Amino acid sequence: MTSIKKDRMAERYEIRLSGFGGQGLIFAGIVLAEAIGIYEGKYVTQTQSYGPEARGGKSKAEIVVSDAPILYPKALGVDLLLAMSQNACDTYFSDLKPSGKLIVDSTFVKESPITDTIFIPFTHIARTQIGKTIVANIVALGSICRISNIVSRDSLQKALVGLAPKGTKEVNLKALNAGIKAAAKF
Amino acid sequence: MTQKAKMPTKNDTSKPILIHGNQAIVEGALAAGCRFFAGYPITPATEIAESMAVRLPKLDGTFIQMEDEIASLGAVVGASLSGLKAMTATSGPGFSLMQEILGFAYMTEVPCVLVNVMRGGPSTGLPTHPSQADVMQARWGTHGNHTSIVLAVSSVADCFSITVTAFNLAEKFRTPVIILSDEVIAHTRERFIRPAAESLEIINRVKPAVPPEWYIPYEDTVRGVPPMAAFGDGYRYHVTGLVHDMHGFPTENQDEIRAFYKRMGRKISHYAAEIQMVNNFYTDDADITIIAYGSVARSALQATETAREKGFKVGLLQLITLFPFPCRHVENVLHKSKAVIVPEMNFGQISQEVKRVNSRQCPIIRLNRYDGNLITPDEIFEKIHEVL
Amino acid sequence: MPLTTHLVHQYLRHDKKFPHVWCPGCGNGIALGALIRSIHHLGYNRDDIVLVSGIGCSSRMPVYVDFNTLHTVHGRALTFATGIKLARPHLKVIVIMGDGDAMAIGGNHLIHAARRNLNLTAIIMNNNIYGMTGGQHSPTTPYGMRSTTSPYNHIERAFNISELIVTAGAGFVARGTVYHAEMLHVLIEKAIQKPGFSLVEIITHCHIQYGKLNQKGTHIDMMKWQKDHAVTVEKAQKMTIEELKDKFTIGVITDQNLPIYYDEYEKVKQRAQLSEK
Repeated sequence: MTSIKKDRMAERYEIRLSGFGGQGLIFAGIVLAEAIGIYEGKYVTQTQSYGPEARGGKSKAEIVVSDAPILYPKALGVDLLLAMSQNACDTYFSDLKPSGKLIVDSTFVKESPITDTIFIPFTHIARTQIGKTIVANIVALGSICRISNIVSRDSLQKALVGLAPKGTKEVNLKALNAGIKAAAKF
Repeated sequence: MTQKAKMPTKNDTSKPILIHGNQAIVEGALAAGCRFFAGYPITPATEIAESMAVRLPKLDGTFIQMEDEIASLGAVVGASLSGLKAMTATSGPGFSLMQEILGFAYMTEVPCVLVNVMRGGPSTGLPTHPSQADVMQARWGTHGNHTSIVLAVSSVADCFSITVTAFNLAEKFRTPVIILSDEVIAHTRERFIRPAAESLEIINRVKPAVPPEWYIPYEDTVRGVPPMAAFGDGYRYHVTGLVHDMHGFPTENQDEIRAFYKRMGRKISHYAAEIQMVNNFYTDDADITIIAYGSVARSALQATETAREKGFKVGLLQLITLFPFPCRHVENVLHKSKAVIVPEMNFGQISQEVKRVNSRQCPIIRLNRYDGNLITPDEIFEKIHEVL
Repeated sequence: MPLTTHLVHQYLRHDKKFPHVWCPGCGNGIALGALIRSIHHLGYNRDDIVLVSGIGCSSRMPVYVDFNTLHTVHGRALTFATGIKLARPHLKVIVIMGDGDAMAIGGNHLIHAARRNLNLTAIIMNNNIYGMTGGQHSPTTPYGMRSTTSPYNHIERAFNISELIVTAGAGFVARGTVYHAEMLHVLIEKAIQKPGFSLVEIITHCHIQYGKLNQKGTHIDMMKWQKDHAVTVEKAQKMTIEELKDKFTIGVITDQNLPIYYDEYEKVKQRAQLSEK
């Protein structure tokens, strides 16, 4: 455990990816953390919470980013919240900082309590453009990349290629690009 | 040894990797020379077994999933008696089951490493949430007189290096060593740069230098740690969970019983100073010192930094060794501080130890959380503010 | 020098403080004799033998013999043996247990060891009672018998150890008695040589606890009972169910070749190391 330099303490950027189990949010969280931590050389901590069930139920992954070593590893005030289910949106929106961004999968989230919410139909895009709803998480990562500037497209691609299971690299990269494109207007 | 030992090669570079605490424990164990793992699936420790199942066969090591946690530690002790560095990993319910064979390992002085990734308890408790409520169980869980070495990890880097240390201590003192992790550390991924193999100090158990006919398996040596022959090395000796004489045979002679227990205590207590590891952060001039360990130490350091930024003289004593309890280090901060705060994810276990060594009437303030969530830096800072 | 004297000198620990803990007339000594004869006959090096035991009268056996010996905790001997065998596969690992040890507290370990089929030899001394703790009923105490914890007669049915372990998947299961001493070391020899998990159940007597509580007479009477009620497997095949009613079989009950854990794990290592390349 290393002490933090005082002048850098405030520079924490916190991301939470949330939805239901089976949407691949923890995998997306690992990809994002690897892109930022390994390919961009920043300090990251990636954590998750999950229920006992492997599918369904609530699932969330968190990534804390900083230029200095991170002590408390979980999110305290979320800068960017991805909600891929109505339930996750309703549960977690209150953890957003006043300046925080909320991005939702409009395939499942119909109502948001926050006025400037970004609605993108990740699952719908995954189904219609890629032909696999399972890559909705990666579509969302693409959009996060475009909207947040927290990670470069290049780093994200490298991390994705490194972590995607054999034979799925192409489809995942396609999903990432679809996500980047879908967020162009925001 | 007849087996050839393969060293880890893949990923053996200084390139940073992103891994969680459970994976880092595996990396540390393999770097320390662990070549045997027996375990049973349990949240939140399972990734250690899964990772061992992948990695060990590549290194000509052995992984086995046993029928329960009792069997797991039994197999680990058997493998260690046969000369391998061996470990198991579990969480609360499994740790409870292992207490029986943990006692056997203390009694027979078999080196091994046992990881307990703490979750909420008792019983099934909170399987996916962190806790620090097994501290006293790690110290006193098995019945009878024994001394324990218990280490706590706070980060991915710790999980690697403390696991190496745990194996070294186990081999050096011929004793089980317990690593306490928790759900937060187990599942937090952090950037990690593996230290070069040459930079690691690796200790192996001392083997007998005498011919078999002169070998006294439980001899009272200077350090109190007798050399250990492996089964099959030609030193045929007896190992029993009964109190035994120095030849390893059961005894009811009171002089031999006393000598046995004295040596068992002495081999740890006389060398406690080299086992007791702590980190001091800003404790030199601190008016208020926080004493913390495990994942909570991270929050405590953040709170300490915040307090310093605001001009308050606050320090942190991070305990890495929980037992033998680092009395000297704790007494030192009790002596210097106007108050001590002990935040823990339990009803108060290490705080009781701090109170035990507090001969100077230093106020000791507990901060306990047991709702399945990590204590936040804000909670600790608020407590600092209250005390100031 | 007669063979017995020679074996005593060669295999018993002269530095151990004899006498042993067993009562006069106990069958444990006969079983230990059979074990030593079989190892001697097989010509194994003493350095390569590991004798592991649990807790109970029969589990005190290892302390007296000059092998690598491990006296573990109640019921768990097989778990330690598993670690030893996997760590050093060239060692011959033999596990001695009692019926309470192996079938009650250690029952789960026993069935899994049988299923896993690691090269281990288990010897279970079945005397139908907990002897060391003073005559409590065990999983093999027959229905209706007395023990100090079934003072109004036992109301549970007994396990048939050998049949249970056949069902659990062991490659080799044999049953003998301490009366049939000559047959016993042959069975043990076969069991030790058999690749995979092997079990020898030895029917023995506890005249001090079980015998006294159930008016079974002296150890001689109880050995006579073994003689009268044991039927060889071969002979039993020609007998009717009616004739076999109060009999038990002795000899090799099952002997089959099954995949052995250690060989299978060697393949795992190869596959893992291949995937590395």
